[in-house]
Parts: sequence; C-alpha cells; structure tokens
Amino acid sequence: MGIEIKIFGQLADIIGSDELQLQDIDDTSSLREKLISDFPKLANYPFVVAVGKKIVNGNQKLNADDVVALLPPFAGG
Amino acid sequence: MWWHCCRHLREDNMLSKEEILRYNRQLLLPEIGMAGQGKLKSARVLVIGAGGLGCPVLQYLCAVGVGKLGIVDFDIVEETNLQRQILFNVSDVGKPKAKTVKKKLQEQNPFVAIEVFNVKLSVENTLEIFSNYDIVIDGTDNFATRYLVNDACFLLKKILVSGSIFKFEGQVSVFDFTKATSPTYRCLFPSPPSAEHALSCEEIGVLGVLPGIIGTLMANETIKIIAGIGTTLSGKVLMLNALSTNFQTVEFERNPDAVKAIPQTESAFKRMDYEFFCGNKTEDKPIKEISVMELSSLISSKSGIQILDVREMWEQPEIAEWQSLKIPLGEIENRAVEISRVKKTIVVCKVGMRSQRAVGILQSKFAFENLFNLKGGVMEWMRITEKTGSI
Repeated sequence: MGIEIKIFGQLADIIGSDELQLQDIDDTSSLREKLISDFPKLANYPFVVAVGKKIVNGNQKLNADDVVALLPPFAGG
Repeated sequence: MWWHCCRHLREDNMLSKEEILRYNRQLLLPEIGMAGQGKLKSARVLVIGAGGLGCPVLQYLCAVGVGKLGIVDFDIVEETNLQRQILFNVSDVGKPKAKTVKKKLQEQNPFVAIEVFNVKLSVENTLEIFSNYDIVIDGTDNFATRYLVNDACFLLKKILVSGSIFKFEGQVSVFDFTKATSPTYRCLFPSPPSAEHALSCEEIGVLGVLPGIIGTLMANETIKIIAGIGTTLSGKVLMLNALSTNFQTVEFERNPDAVKAIPQTESAFKRMDYEFFCGNKTEDKPIKEISVMELSSLISSKSGIQILDVREMWEQPEIAEWQSLKIPLGEIENRAVEISRVKKTIVVCKVGMRSQRAVGILQSKFAFENLFNLKGGVMEWMRITEKTGSI
C-alpha cells in the first residue's frame, strides 16, 4: 500500500494518468518536490493538495493510507 | 379592486395571479412556497459571462423567477459557441451576447427585470456594477477576471457562486462574503498559472454538455442561497469528471495569508492590475536589496527576521545560523502562503539571481511588501565570512 493520488485537470495530462501510487512520502511538501522532479512541467501549473478530502495550507504529514488529490484551478467558462 | 391590491403587493415582492400560476410547481414545494418564491423575486443576481456557463445559469434563474438579473458580457456570438451555448441560434451569430440573451430571457419570463452590461469588467467599473446586486455568479473564461471578481465580492461583501470548466471536468464553489470568516477564491487557489499555461476552451476544447451540467449546478446553488434552504458549497469545491461521471467534494478553509493578497480597500482595488497578476503582461517593480553585512547585523541583533532560501533542496552549503524557510524557486507560487508578510524577509539563493526572481514574483503576484533580496547570495556570504573569520 502507498499513498493514493487522484489527479485532476491538466495535471492528469502532464502526469499521463489520473491516478498514482507513491511510497515513502513523508509530507505534502515532499510530495510536491517528488512530483515536480518526476514531472518537471508541473512546476508551471499551480495546484493545491487535498488530503482526505480537505485542502492543505502549508505542509502536512502524510500517512501510508492517505488519499491525496491534486487540484489545479480551471479558467474555462 | 383585487388587481389594485395585487399590484400594490407586487411592489412588496408579493406574487401576481399570473406569477402564482407560473411558479405553481415551486409553490407546491414546502421548502420554497410563497415565502421562498418571494425571496427569489426580491433577489438581484449578476451573471458574469453569458457563455457556456452563463447561458444555463441565466436560463434557469430566469425561469424560476429571480426578480432581477444582470448580464455582463462584451463578446459577440460566434459559430463555435453554438455547440454548447444553446441559448443562441444560427441567426444570432455576430450579435452581442448580453443583449441577445436578454431578448430570449424576456420572452421566456416577462416577470423578470434584466439589465445588460455590454462591457469588459475592469477595476474601474466592477465595484459600481456589483453594488446593485446581492449575488454574483462567475462564469468567465479567464483567470484575471476570476481574481478580480473574487476580490470585488470580498470587498463589497457579496455572495459569489463560482464555476469553471476544463475539457471533461468542472468545478463549482460558493464564497459567502456576507460572513466575515468566509474562505475566498484565493484561499482555494492562491495563484493562477502563467499566461502561457492558462489554457481556455478556445485552445483545448470542451465537451458541449459540460457547461450545461456545471452551469445548472451553479444555478441550483444560487436558488438555495436565495431561498435559504439545504446546504451550499460554501467552504467546499465540487469537482465533476464527466468521463467517469464522478463527483467529488473537497473542503477548504480560510487562509489568512491568501486573504492578505486581496486589496483591502476600494482605492487599493482600483490600483490592482489583474492582467499583470495573471501574467498577461509584464512590468518591473523595484526590488529592495540588502547586503551580507546588513543581514549579518540583523541576525546578530536578533531582530526577528525570516530568511527564505529559494535554492533547490540539495544545494549546499547549509548556513546554520540562517534557520531559513526552504522553498525552491519552482515551487514559490504554490507555497507563497507559507511566507510571513509581517517579518522582514530576506530572500536568498546561490548568487542572488533566483532570489531576485522570487522577490519579483512574490511582489507582483502576491503583493508582498516585506521582501529583500540578498545581494551576492550564499557565495557572497561565504566570501565575507571566510575573509573576516566570523561574521
């Protein structure tokens, strides 16, 4: 089991999937670093991280069974 | 006699005989009834954008009997709109959207007053237009307007219903600025993507039915707010993926640091440049600098400064006495909220170039005023330290 990551909008296009599993990620800041290092294009797209259906401000510790969502803003109308 | 009586009552937002018949199916609902229908009639709702989202929002709010609707749109109907903006016909192509929508809505429900603003929203006209409405609905197609609308609603304490779409996905949220503790759009999304990465429906496409679903959800939120029934998406964002038919709701809280980026007065609002904030144009703002010697004396006088290191996490050397907050330049926009706006903040990198860029971004996009770039960066610090033995 690892951290389950659900990916929305253009982030899913960059990552190439709308779901990811990652192991050994301590907190949401390390998650961002890992994702941006694996998918450098992500650095151009601001997104927020939700853990267990709640958006995180700042950094938050992650547990092995957490479900995380990556949400970018959409502009279309 | 009865008619006179009714006309009098109508002025107090009571319903005419014709309206009672028209709204029969809503009046039957105990949650709406005469009281709720009266609230709908006295409501004033402004819809920004008469496009994919604005059309269904306006159609339903008009049909259900919202008393006054405002439409802000300066665009004209194009052939490529017809696939999703189903209020428009072939014969409407080339006509102004807002005026065309008004004509159609008026035919659908003559009991609704409709005001048209055939203008582009700007810091000059927004506050005045918003002031005559209670609820603002954001269905625009660009980030600059989304941040502008959020900030104006925050300042004027209006309720904002926000929806947006991307390909097969949509988002809906409510920001109730009548409550002093309400989260804002900036708490949800502190920063927009840069202009070259902010893609619109025009560039990437959108499924025709998607704005219909999201716009109808926005109308539903608005009706509940007006009638005071059910629960709304205040403090929550609903996300729809139409490919998997998956709805998810995520909660978020007010983020005091993100709120600080909102202009706090009307005159500050009028000085904002939302196009610049969204990277649609560039402009250099002066960047304050500090020398290694000045930084050193600030540290030794324990003056409660914050040091922001924008180097990559692996970069050496580590300067122990700095006790810095580490946010690599690439993550600065996403993590701007972690940076203090109160403490004097020295931004550092290896030689002072990346830190200068970081200060530029934080000043222009997030209105930071407490930042100083360390001239020469870590290299200069090391050079002076080695020369003087200690610092």
